[in-house]
Amino acid sequence: MIGIVDYGMGNLRSVESAFEAIDQKTTVIRDPRELAEVQAIILPGVGAFGDGMRNLRESGFVEILNEEVLEKEKPYLGICLGLQFLAEKSLEQGEHDGLGWITGTVRRIDPESAQYRVPHIGWNDLRIEIEEPIFKNLEDGPIFYFVHSYYMDVSPEDSSVIAATCWHGQKIVAAVQRGNIYGVQFHPEKSQRSGLCLLRNFVDQALKD
Amino acid sequence: MLTKRIIPCLDVRAGLVTKGIAFRENVDIGDPVAMARKYYEEGADEIVFYDIAASSDRRDILIDVVDRVAREIFIPYSVGGGIRTFEDMRRVLLAGAEKVSVNSAAVRNPQVIAQGARAFGSQCVVLSMDVKRVERSEKIPSGYEIVINGGRTPMGMDAIQWAMRGEDLGAGELVVNSIDADGTRDGYEVTLTRIMADTLGIPVIASGGAGIPEHLYEVFTEGHADAAIIASMIHYNTYTIPGIKQYLADRGVPIRKVPMMQ
Repeated sequence: MIGIVDYGMGNLRSVESAFEAIDQKTTVIRDPRELAEVQAIILPGVGAFGDGMRNLRESGFVEILNEEVLEKEKPYLGICLGLQFLAEKSLEQGEHDGLGWITGTVRRIDPESAQYRVPHIGWNDLRIEIEEPIFKNLEDGPIFYFVHSYYMDVSPEDSSVIAATCWHGQKIVAAVQRGNIYGVQFHPEKSQRSGLCLLRNFVDQALKD
Repeated sequence: MLTKRIIPCLDVRAGLVTKGIAFRENVDIGDPVAMARKYYEEGADEIVFYDIAASSDRRDILIDVVDRVAREIFIPYSVGGGIRTFEDMRRVLLAGAEKVSVNSAAVRNPQVIAQGARAFGSQCVVLSMDVKRVERSEKIPSGYEIVINGGRTPMGMDAIQWAMRGEDLGAGELVVNSIDADGTRDGYEVTLTRIMADTLGIPVIASGGAGIPEHLYEVFTEGHADAAIIASMIHYNTYTIPGIKQYLADRGVPIRKVPMMQ
């Protein structure tokens, strides 16, 4: 069973439906103690970083995520905000601490020219930096749906976690991976076949053992 | 690099798609969920459901459509038409839509944009505007005027100024629908779209007037549009989404093709 964390940041409906479409059972988790029961954790979310981290902290998710994901090495897939939370901090509307699992800072997208719009909305092709199992069976330069105004600026000492990037007037980290921890800036649940394929790959990888 | 988005628009009345039904033998084609699913399979980058009935008692029917779509379609989709209040926005987003578009209600009460953006994020709030070409005047220096109520009521507001205000209030995208071009199939209002795209920082979606694939080419290249809405050119089977995309790809427009999966 895969747990989808509900911490009040938007609708989880599309994420649930996408897993349904690949015949993978999920359960929505509102009580952090239930994280111990699932085999893998999905943390979706759109909205403001500060609000999201506050909700996670206040509902007691932060300690238990540290325990389950960092200590027990339970597979984790962060989507959009769920990737950005991995950073040490975000500069979105002030300065907010993240989970700090990856050395880096979340910053506003600052493209080299005005033809690149912010928010970065739409379908962009990935440059795969590391052939991770989650990219299995995808076409070359797979295209995924993005919608965000901030991105994770991974510190040079942690650059080995960058699994994929895309271009939007600047290089944008599109996916990270370190051991059991995965994060994607795009929305696999909204990326048609490529998205469902990536979710399937994550599930296969997560439930392998 | 971002691809140019092609967005079919389905006009929904009482749970059925209104355009196209009379010309179809397949009865299923009137079902918005089935049509959306078909366009999804063919490579639509996004889908817009536009509520024609748009009164609150009828809204439940559209909510039900959105709810069913959420189970079948794994691309973004938005809902517009008669969204008046913050509560209207909340309902369609909770039913599973990514985005909600506001039009007349935002003209009457611009704060609805800010409220939506604050509560759900800018990416959820699309400002849609109906624009009519008029004589340039002091009030309307661009010569493009905002009209509401489906084009019937001129507001004496400059469209460019209103778009900039909408962006400031927190709209995440802008749909520019030309009342002059709408339904003509003579092409998008390229000049207006270009002014909007060059003035604003948020993505601009062209709407109204698409009749042939060349019109999309024009609005993506000369018009600087990020996305384009199409309706009748595919509803009547005159063109298909893969056909339009191939036409654009052959001319160097970046588009997304549906990948062949193993």
